[in-house]
Amino acid sequence: MVDLSGVLEQLKSRFGERSWDYSEFHKNQRLVVAADQCFSVLEFLKKTCGFDMLIDVTCVDYLHYRGAKDRFGLVYIVLNTVTGQRLIVRAFLNEPELKIPSVVPLWEGANWLEREVFDMYGIEFTGHPDLRRILLPDEFVGFPLRKDYPLRGRGERHNFERITRGEG
Amino acid sequence: MEIEVPENVALTKLDWLASWCRKNSLWPMPFATACCGIELMATGASRHDVARFGAEVFRFSPRQCDLMIVAGRVVMKMLPVLQRIWLQMPEPKWCISMGACASTGGIFDTYSVVQGIDRFIPVDMYVPGCPPRPEQLIQAIIDLQDKIQREGSFLGNEFITDARQQPKRALQELELGQLPRSLPIIGGKA
Repeated sequence: MVDLSGVLEQLKSRFGERSWDYSEFHKNQRLVVAADQCFSVLEFLKKTCGFDMLIDVTCVDYLHYRGAKDRFGLVYIVLNTVTGQRLIVRAFLNEPELKIPSVVPLWEGANWLEREVFDMYGIEFTGHPDLRRILLPDEFVGFPLRKDYPLRGRGERHNFERITRGEG
Repeated sequence: MEIEVPENVALTKLDWLASWCRKNSLWPMPFATACCGIELMATGASRHDVARFGAEVFRFSPRQCDLMIVAGRVVMKMLPVLQRIWLQMPEPKWCISMGACASTGGIFDTYSVVQGIDRFIPVDMYVPGCPPRPEQLIQAIIDLQDKIQREGSFLGNEFITDARQQPKRALQELELGQLPRSLPIIGGKA
């Protein structure tokens, strides 16, 4: 676990004392920020603190989760390839405001990662250059990794014509 | 009436002869989408050597094949591709559904995985297993050869009977509330 105190000092001087929440768990260093501040924190981390690599963008649905106050938790994992510092930045979103600024202007690699989150959870990344479904077919309706989506789907897997021997 | 037959001449039925030729030169279309495809490759390799049964010519163009081997799970995005490839294969043609996933969906009882390809295309042989060993696939090919010899015809009349047009199973998709046994919900009430 690489020390992050310098980064936390920089964040404190830039964003104030209590605008974010830092915690550690099993050697994971985590930073929870407000959704409207998420982009500016990530921009600051990249341009000032040297977190030059975006490892992953993903999302968690906390519907029915014990003790959860928010519905969706976005997760950004960033890495400083010079110092080896690694930071998990999280932001929470609630319906109906499922919008967050895209980080494609900061890391080009966020393009497909954000498309996948949009595909599976329906979170809209404003400013994304090409926000389409990436894995599921374009005509698919719904967001299957949401907890209120039925496991066996809504009949998509059986919505095809049957080919008989006579047609073949 | 007696007919003089020269030496080295055999008499047979045309249906029988055509079926004999077809069954000993099955050309598989490897539709391998998952780990069953690895066993399919092992079946074609030297240790198990499917060439002993005349089926070693794996063609990657459906227009040159007459046996489709669906090896692996098929998802809803892949099924239209599978159907198009099946329609592109020339008659007469047969289909082997290899493994649990292709036959029933296997462990993948989710929104995107087709629960058995026989719901949407005709299937002649099912191979159980996850994945099946090459011996099992070879047994399916031998059984299919027997089937072709038994009921095959020169003009392919066996494919246009009413029985062949029916779906293999009358399975309807069950509503979630009508599942035969209640499934445990992980973490208490949903």
